Amino acid sequence: MSHVIETHQLTKAYGLLKAVDKLDISVESGEIFGLLGPNGAGKTTAISMLCTILKPTSGTATVNGFDIVKEANKVRKSIGIVFQEPSIDDRLTGRENLYMHANLYGVPASEQKDRINRVLKLVELEDRANDLLRTYSGGMRRRLEIGRGLIHYPKVLFLDEPTVGLDPQTRDHIWKYIHQLKESQDITVVLTTHYMDEADRLSDRIAIMDHGKIVVLDSPPKLKETLEGDVVAVKSNNIDGLSQLVTKWLGLEKKQIVDGSLEITVRNGKAVMPRIMELATQNNIYVESIVLREPNLEDVFLHYTGKSIREDSGKELHGMAAIQRRSIK
Amino acid sequence: MTEIRGFYTLWLREVKRFLRDRTRLLSMFIQPLLWLAIFGAGFGLRFAIPGLSYQQVIFPGIVGQTLLFTSMFMGISVLWDKEFGFMKEILVSPVSRFTIFLGKMVGDSTSSFIQCIMVFVIGIAIGVSIDPVTVIYALPIMVLITFGLVSIGLTIASFIGTLESFGAIQTFINLPLFFLSGALFPLKGPGINLPNWLTTVAAWNPLTYGVDALRSVILGSAWTPLQIQPLWIDIGIVALFDAIMIAIGTWAFSRMK
Repeated sequence: MSHVIETHQLTKAYGLLKAVDKLDISVESGEIFGLLGPNGAGKTTAISMLCTILKPTSGTATVNGFDIVKEANKVRKSIGIVFQEPSIDDRLTGRENLYMHANLYGVPASEQKDRINRVLKLVELEDRANDLLRTYSGGMRRRLEIGRGLIHYPKVLFLDEPTVGLDPQTRDHIWKYIHQLKESQDITVVLTTHYMDEADRLSDRIAIMDHGKIVVLDSPPKLKETLEGDVVAVKSNNIDGLSQLVTKWLGLEKKQIVDGSLEITVRNGKAVMPRIMELATQNNIYVESIVLREPNLEDVFLHYTGKSIREDSGKELHGMAAIQRRSIK
Repeated sequence: MTEIRGFYTLWLREVKRFLRDRTRLLSMFIQPLLWLAIFGAGFGLRFAIPGLSYQQVIFPGIVGQTLLFTSMFMGISVLWDKEFGFMKEILVSPVSRFTIFLGKMVGDSTSSFIQCIMVFVIGIAIGVSIDPVTVIYALPIMVLITFGLVSIGLTIASFIGTLESFGAIQTFINLPLFFLSGALFPLKGPGINLPNWLTTVAAWNPLTYGVDALRSVILGSAWTPLQIQPLWIDIGIVALFDAIMIAIGTWAFSRMK
């Protein structure tokens, strides 16, 4: 029992557009697996297929050993899903929502009360359990949804963008729950996100996805290691000139211009910084600022896809709509 | 077992949501009251069926109309669930689509049924002379009528994306079904001469038989000469219509994503 999820050439095409293109991944039992990519990369499509909401165009996959097409019902019983967009009934109380879920998933009546109380405790909503959902805040709703996904003891929990549209404290809170979950339950978590910090903090392994394909897959520290090391970011009045100079005289090839600053990836940032300054002064280039930072996933993403994750604002409205929807009620 | 509990929980949800919606409960009093008190009293001046007042004749028709309007309106629950994402939670659960449809349908029918009982209360309150005992016979017929009508509402709503277009389609269907059901006037009987096309269209309207059945039990022997079909045939037709609509509704739900 090592691989909870395995996909083979899993593909979903909409006409000519391949939302997911020959996906091959295996998720190990007990890990938190992060699918990271910009909006529109195919993350949601990929997990929708794994959750049996969408039928693949070609290819196969198994979840908990069940085929996602032929044994869809068994797959559904063994997984928990937290959708990107809210999916709770706001005219019912928190507890009623949980009871409903327990009934839909065939949790034995004798166990329901106990399990619901335990889940409410886990997501710290015991004192609000009998209030109508419409009186909950966005973060509380999210917590209830995560709790709901656990009622039927799923082996795999899918979290689709769990913290979109939430404020920083609430995000922190939810991350804490997801961590706790992994420690207290025997569960595998598959998480999609377009937040670098989220993927970094939560995942044991990350698959970076872009245009329906996995670009790279590894643990966060390893991914960062694949970059040569540090990133030196220079702001200057002549970025292009400086860029040419560092390549010509210092032999630095890995560089990128992001938000008007030259980002150079180097092995030893501390030693390179003075050399860059010298070079600039000799050539009468004014340096506004020079910053050294450890690589983060943002850099990894940039490195593998050649673009910043923020540039891709493709379906940002999706996220915005979700925020608005939460705040309306 | 899972299916039965799934059905129960979906049914319970619809009823709870309905009972918590006070405005809807209140608004349902108004329409039947207007029809019975104003239309019934004013229009009845030129109308004579031996042994029956016009208010008595249209009373079962107004019951049918209320069933029609409230039942069709229930489709809104599907649109609501789609809009606020809850439909997803139901659709990805391991419960079969037949059960999902049935749970929602019976739940909404229960709500619709509760509203229609109000019509009896209003009728008796404003003095329409009906025998309260007949209510007992009318109730199962009302349940039978509402199943099919709620199914139409749910099926249409499952195809439609917005609340606005649902409202438009609803009006488009409700009024013809209502006017062509004989709810406001008898379709046949001694001295009644309606245009041929009207009776032909009415014969294809399932609500015609529902209203006819309600009249047979509520008005008793006074209605017998004006019956469109004997009671048991009326009931058979309505039941057949329910079965067809449930099959179509299940199909419509099974293709919903």
